[in-house]
Amino acid sequence: MTPGVVIVGTGQGGFQTAVSLRSEGYDGPITLIGEEPHLPYQRPPLSKGFLAGKQQAHHVTLRPAPFYGDHQIELLAGEQVIELDRTRRRVQLSSGAQIPYKALVLAVGASIRKLTVPGADLDGVCYLRTFDDSTDLKARLLRASEVIVIGGGFIGLEFAAVARSQGKPVTVVEVQPRLMARAVSPVISETFEILHGGHGVEFVYGIGVSEIMGTAGRVGEIVLSDGTRRKADLVVAGIGVLPNMALARHAGLAVDNGVVVDEYLRTSDENIYAIGDCAEHPNSFAGGRTRLESVQNAVDQAACAAAAIAGRASPYCEVPWFWTEQYDVKLQMAGLSAGYESAIPRGTPESRKFSVFYFRGERLIAVDSVNRPGDHLAARKLLASAASLTPAQAADEGFDLKTHR
Amino acid sequence: MPKITYISYSGDQKQVEVPIGDSVMEGAVQNGIDGIVAECGGSCMCATCHVYVEEQFLDRLNPIEETEEEMLGSTAAERKPNSRLSCQLAVTDVFEGLIVHTPPTQK
Repeated sequence: MTPGVVIVGTGQGGFQTAVSLRSEGYDGPITLIGEEPHLPYQRPPLSKGFLAGKQQAHHVTLRPAPFYGDHQIELLAGEQVIELDRTRRRVQLSSGAQIPYKALVLAVGASIRKLTVPGADLDGVCYLRTFDDSTDLKARLLRASEVIVIGGGFIGLEFAAVARSQGKPVTVVEVQPRLMARAVSPVISETFEILHGGHGVEFVYGIGVSEIMGTAGRVGEIVLSDGTRRKADLVVAGIGVLPNMALARHAGLAVDNGVVVDEYLRTSDENIYAIGDCAEHPNSFAGGRTRLESVQNAVDQAACAAAAIAGRASPYCEVPWFWTEQYDVKLQMAGLSAGYESAIPRGTPESRKFSVFYFRGERLIAVDSVNRPGDHLAARKLLASAASLTPAQAADEGFDLKTHR
Repeated sequence: MPKITYISYSGDQKQVEVPIGDSVMEGAVQNGIDGIVAECGGSCMCATCHVYVEEQFLDRLNPIEETEEEMLGSTAAERKPNSRLSCQLAVTDVFEGLIVHTPPTQK
């Protein structure tokens, strides 16, 4: 077997690597290996339309089965890579097969962080990351009568929105004093608190969960760290993810907060790349090394690694962007707002159609847009070109962001 | 199922049947048609499923809503009077025979 490109991970990043290699003109073998027994699929709908029953399985599948054969991409779904032999340049699969590589791409993603409190293993304590998780939760949600969401981040809030839309009583428990605190500024948090409050979601802030209790192995109530108890027959925890680094670590690759890569997304072994949720990479928008969990980051890093493998290496420098949808509100984020010094609104939060421009010193570093997709796309261009924008221009709704350079 | 024809910028043409209720974007993606990226998966978030609809079909389509209008203002390829985001075109019986052209670039 001629060694080709082996891609470990069939998420959005792994899938896109294969597609981009072909569009870059690479015509050698491509093997795409994933642990889940499914065709590569998109994750965003799993906490939105698919969970709500508005989208079916074929809508979340990235491409139908014949696509892979048509593009000479060997898809091994339901196979686990258990070892990476860098000396012989081959991967060992749990099924016993060994596959040689010329270049290897680790698109191994991240795994949910699990609750560790007593009772966390009770039936009815759930997480949302995979297609199977979402399918299971969709059924559980229909039967649920009291829902508690642990974690007021994107996943928790998207789940809460779907649960409320089905009329289920929902309480969100968030250890921080506000929602999505790691990602957005207080004015955005407040907008979403009002939105969810208007739909009947209850919030508990600044408190953790100390125990989950139940009978006959089923969840019945949770105990908060202040001793109060709340009934629940469905608990969904959205408390973040951890990068999958075991394979890289055992192979002796550099790992830190993820698999360590350079600006070309190469690991400490020049024949091995790492992309997406698992890759700790230098990022000028972060002002240093970071790890990002997003579709944009997975897709753009896939294209960057594929170009490098095809002999057209250029440093990764794409503008980070993210989105979430809750009820009828879209929040789109461009850039990375951490460390901002001033937050300038464009439009009013009350209108639920506004953006917030974040500046560090005189420099625009990020823009969050609520139901203003035009601002979001303009912001991505402004950030990509490092255009200078003043806070006054940002706040002036008459100022045309689209044509500003 | 209505038949929809996708014509790429370089002139490649492919006709496929798209189930009622699916979008014109999904029809392309599920049939392996290049030229539509649909990075956000159909959430009207990314403007990378831009198509030009042949004029004679324009009045059969659902009207452009506010979000799509805003996104169309920022497509990578030139916006024309017949520009649409294909994720916002949910297929109905009247789409039978629809012809769309994909632009030179989506990103």
